[in-house]
Amino acid sequence: MLSAAGLTCQRGDAVLFRDLGLELAAGEALLVRGPNGSGKTSLLRILAGIAAPAAGEVRWRASPDRAARQLETAYQGHTAPLKDELTVVENLDFALALDGAPKSRADILDAVQEVGLASRRNLPARHLSQGQRRRVGLARLVLARRRLWLLDEPATALDAAGLTLFCDVLDRHLAQGGLAVLSTHQPLPLAHPARELNL
Amino acid sequence: MNAMAEPEAEFAVLPGFVAVLRRDLLLAWRTRAEIAQPVIFFIMVASLFPLGIGADMKLLARVGAGVVWACGVLATLLSLPRIFAQDHADGTLEQMALSAYPLSAIAGGKLAAHWLTTGLPLSLTAPVIGLQFGMDAPTQGVLVLSLLIGSPILSMIGAIAAALTLGARGQSLLIALLVLPLYVPVVIFGAGAVESFGAGIDHGAHLALLGAGTLAGLVATPFVVAAAIRIALD
Repeated sequence: MLSAAGLTCQRGDAVLFRDLGLELAAGEALLVRGPNGSGKTSLLRILAGIAAPAAGEVRWRASPDRAARQLETAYQGHTAPLKDELTVVENLDFALALDGAPKSRADILDAVQEVGLASRRNLPARHLSQGQRRRVGLARLVLARRRLWLLDEPATALDAAGLTLFCDVLDRHLAQGGLAVLSTHQPLPLAHPARELNL
Repeated sequence: MNAMAEPEAEFAVLPGFVAVLRRDLLLAWRTRAEIAQPVIFFIMVASLFPLGIGADMKLLARVGAGVVWACGVLATLLSLPRIFAQDHADGTLEQMALSAYPLSAIAGGKLAAHWLTTGLPLSLTAPVIGLQFGMDAPTQGVLVLSLLIGSPILSMIGAIAAALTLGARGQSLLIALLVLPLYVPVVIFGAGAVESFGAGIDHGAHLALLGAGTLAGLVATPFVVAAAIRIALD
């Protein structure tokens, strides 16, 4: 469903990768590995359509239409896009409205409970730890139900329970025919076999 | 677990605009001390002029409108970097670019929120300054009207500059240098409306020109800002 061919990424004078191709079918996950600065984040941003590749093309459902791909894409960068002044629930409420998938307060509270933040639901996001901010992102993924997940270092700052929770959520997503491309430095205890890409 | 969400068939614009407007107004309310700063700055700077010039009421009445407009422009400048900087730093801007709604609708929501939290309060507090310049009530009315009609242009030009300079070093001074020349006509026609009213000349033409500028800006600005954001994110 997701394919890319001939991708080249250039940052300043440095070419991060050249002529990169990938192919991902429904229910598959791709782990992007590589040392710092090898272009993992750039690749995810290109796949998401935020950045344009120097050469090459990304296709989704065999179409190069960026807007159509973005309607089914959930991208999470290495910082959690939360507003410090808003509570966990308010942040999720806005994020889902932006995704075009507004949810009722009950649904949001269920998801907040699932990611273990029930007691923090009305806390301004500035009081959350990095791991807790990640968990809010996880709740958004669960609620928005996008088909393609592009996650930049989703496992950083998560504790052991958080990592298990993340892998459960990801496995469920894959079992339902979702796709995921994620960059990570640590091994993920996934039930689904994941393909790997070394940059 | 419900089934995987299917992509929406049609692009609605309004929900995206409303969601961003609501969030920005809520954020403004939560950080109201910060939001009030440009307004307080506006009143304080404009109040320096009567103190410096002295009690020459004739002179004060003549320069009043120009001072109010110039100080309004400076206060607006202070508020511009804040429009996108925070959303850019925490990754929200990327999420907005990936939103189900057109980025121009989201930019429109941010523009509306900026005017409601800057241009509108500046316009409504102008009479406080007008009093110090000895303006009578009808003149005050024209002053407030000129600000209400003209200040959206300040927000719109400012938002374009703020989006274009995202991530640049020394952003706030750069915005000021980019924007001030473009604000000149707005100040001329805004202060000009009040002056013509005082001189007994028809002031409608000045207000109509400001209104035309605002309307033209409303049509084009959301798309320009959206394009500038995409450039900044790439």
